[in-house]
Amino acid sequence: MSSRIFHIAANTFREAVRDRVLYNLIAFALLLTGAAILVGQISIQIERLVVINLGLTAVALFGVVIAIFIGIGLVSKEIEKRTLYTVLSRPVARWEFIAGKFVGLSGTLVVNASCMAVGVFAALLYVSRQLHGSDAWVLVAIYFIVLQFLITTALALFFSSFSSPLLSAVFTFCLFIAGSFAEDLRGFVGLSHGLQHWMAVIAVYAIPNFSALNIINQVAHGNGVSGQLVFWNTAYALVYIVAVLSGAIVIFEYRNLK
Amino acid sequence: MPAIEILGLEKVYQVGFWRKKPKRALHPLSFVVEQGEIFGFLGPNGAGKTTTLKMLMGLVFPTGGSAKILGMDLDDPRMKAQIGFLPEQPYFYDYLTAHELLRYYGQLSGVNSKQLTARVDTVLEHVGLKDSAGVQLRKFSKGMLQRAGIAQAILHDPKVVFLDEPMSGLDPMGRREVRVLIEQLKNEGKTVFFSTHILSDAEALCDRVAILNQGRLRGVGAVEELTAGLRGQVEIVWAGTSVPPSLRSATCRIAGDTVRAVVPSDQQDNVIETLRREKLRLISVTPVRVSLEDYFMAQLSPDQPSAAAANGKAAQ
Amino acid sequence: MRRRRTIRIAAALLILSCAGSVFLLRLVDRLRENATLEETIYISSPRLLKHLSLGYEGLLADVYWTRAVQYFGEQHHNDSGEYKLLWPLLNITTQLDPHLVPAYEFGAAFLASRPPLGAGLPEQAIELVEYGIRNNPDDWHLYYDLGFVYYDLKDYAKASDAFERGSHVPNAHPFLRIMAAQTAQHGGETRTAQMLWTSVYETTHDPQIRDNAKSHLVSLTADLQCEELEQIVAAYRQRTGRNPSSFADLVRAGMLRGIPVDPTGTQYRLDDDGHVFVSQPADFPYSEKALPSGYVPRRR
Repeated sequence: MSSRIFHIAANTFREAVRDRVLYNLIAFALLLTGAAILVGQISIQIERLVVINLGLTAVALFGVVIAIFIGIGLVSKEIEKRTLYTVLSRPVARWEFIAGKFVGLSGTLVVNASCMAVGVFAALLYVSRQLHGSDAWVLVAIYFIVLQFLITTALALFFSSFSSPLLSAVFTFCLFIAGSFAEDLRGFVGLSHGLQHWMAVIAVYAIPNFSALNIINQVAHGNGVSGQLVFWNTAYALVYIVAVLSGAIVIFEYRNLK
Repeated sequence: MPAIEILGLEKVYQVGFWRKKPKRALHPLSFVVEQGEIFGFLGPNGAGKTTTLKMLMGLVFPTGGSAKILGMDLDDPRMKAQIGFLPEQPYFYDYLTAHELLRYYGQLSGVNSKQLTARVDTVLEHVGLKDSAGVQLRKFSKGMLQRAGIAQAILHDPKVVFLDEPMSGLDPMGRREVRVLIEQLKNEGKTVFFSTHILSDAEALCDRVAILNQGRLRGVGAVEELTAGLRGQVEIVWAGTSVPPSLRSATCRIAGDTVRAVVPSDQQDNVIETLRREKLRLISVTPVRVSLEDYFMAQLSPDQPSAAAANGKAAQ
Repeated sequence: MRRRRTIRIAAALLILSCAGSVFLLRLVDRLRENATLEETIYISSPRLLKHLSLGYEGLLADVYWTRAVQYFGEQHHNDSGEYKLLWPLLNITTQLDPHLVPAYEFGAAFLASRPPLGAGLPEQAIELVEYGIRNNPDDWHLYYDLGFVYYDLKDYAKASDAFERGSHVPNAHPFLRIMAAQTAQHGGETRTAQMLWTSVYETTHDPQIRDNAKSHLVSLTADLQCEELEQIVAAYRQRTGRNPSSFADLVRAGMLRGIPVDPTGTQYRLDDDGHVFVSQPADFPYSEKALPSGYVPRRR
């Protein structure tokens, strides 16, 4: 069983790597990091701030876009183009397919994030001439960003299991935006009453809390976060991913493939 | 143990977004396919052939009835390891080469990793793709894709092979190659179940066929048995343009200076005798060959359920 | 059947992990309680924010506005008595969207007052509202708000000035003219304050501002009532030559119908010096005359 998941994952990784979209996006992200260096030189004394802020935001945004487009492409495209038929007529369970796709995509995104992280550190090094101890927190920020990628991928897979590629992309992107403003959603919970209040509460827990995983600002100012927070954030991300993937599996098991 | 056993398999779709209306794709279907035979699944487009195949492959779930392949349930992975499937107009991961594609499928089917490469090479040669093994599938022609599809269907040496319209889009040479391949599969002891709407192929290859129309089974059995009901006529041709009075009731056609009449074969001797008496010159006596197509067209008219049922019972 | 088993396991996993994620989210929230608002300190430059918002300043302004309101509500609810981030939040909001009028009103209401009632930044409050007026010269509300800030600071001349300016704006509410006059002539009087706060109470849409106005009015009513009661006490003193020992004396003398109660329903108190005051001064944060002598309001 696990070898099948591994093979599906490896195949997914291979497909993603051969997909030219990936390279364009990575190139963009690296360009943006380069631009951050230029911008930093204009605003004196905050070069480091700008490089980290702009660089990491680029990694996050482009990574999410990659996660959404490749994630959706790889599942919906398979269903549409019927490559899935020959896979599922083999002793491959539907849930193994979903799991394998997720692992493959995650691997792709981790590799992708690593490449872009190298770019950010290179820019940082260029700008600060040397790395400080507090720069280690940049790694933690990137780790959190990768967690965001994984959640986004799981969501993209979830929506792909039952809706069209376009709608899946839209839904996933909306959830990403909503999740980034999760704190303000809590504000609504505090200010609203009655039915609105309960709907807001449900939304707060259903929407992934990306703002908790966004420590770009703190890190830019050289501050870190507690080890406890890292641990519990990781736990939350993983459990949320399991929930989303379980949902995807349940839906996919019921789906009649056209 | 039969290769495929279908018992009352049916499918009703719920169509629509808010208020769902039922749409029947397949009426309860029952027939059996024995091991080692080449079985043709015939019918016009939209008859429900692909729906049936998809249900057998576990891609679509039946709303009634059941089926077993090699005595095992449809979601049994042990069963799936012993079947191969070529979907209609297949599309594969076009960024992979033929070799990579087959390796991937082999891994998924659980082919032993040590034997995998050898097996892939053998199969590629078998289907005539040895020279294109390293070419990406996006560069394959339609015929090559079809052959790659058959390759992945037989890669893991399955006992039953399912082919959905395997000849579609192929030129006559391609079709011949596929025919040869199917016969080879039978020689290896495999069961081949293929759907098609090209009747001549079915006639040439199949041991038995089932005919589907508008979601209903219209006949199951060997080709001879099915056409038996329509057989038993001879065509008698004689010179001249006159038709003896006693033969006026028969179906006669006057073409140029010959008359062609179709009469039941038991009347053959009477007619010949009549012609001799009338001193008409006999040119030929030929039994009318009933093709599967004739049977097919006869079955397609909706008011023939009794013939189908009778044939179906006879075949079982 | 294999499929049914898979579905059952996946469904169970789904329910468990949903519950788990809710639990973990609450945990994470507790760990980072003040996280987001800390971050506004990080990007305190409105100009930088404007550039980062990629043209969607309006939306970002709305977000910061929401945060400002939420922040104030939280601080108020927790009785923390300080509103350090209110000014940066409102500043960012109005820099991103100078036409977000409710922000100016909010700033006028809560920036100028001293803690624990407000942020204690009167200059910033004035700066904020003047900025609002520059960007929205035809909105009479802003002159009204400005007048209020000055009134709160007891600068009645400037308050009247602001009301006057506002009354010339087309479609200005007629009471602006009245208030200009009233403030100029009777600035320090309780009745003026009552009038002003009643107008706020009736015209504002913001619930927190309305509550604040109500609190002012309650305090003023108490002030007024205490004034009246002390006048009655003075009349008694004139009649009898001494202060009453309690309200009962006044009732017996026919000068009061019953024991007087303050707007919250609690009885007023009378001390030996003839001073009338409320029993619960904490309920009357804006009172001046109704407080017991020597009372020092709790300050953080």
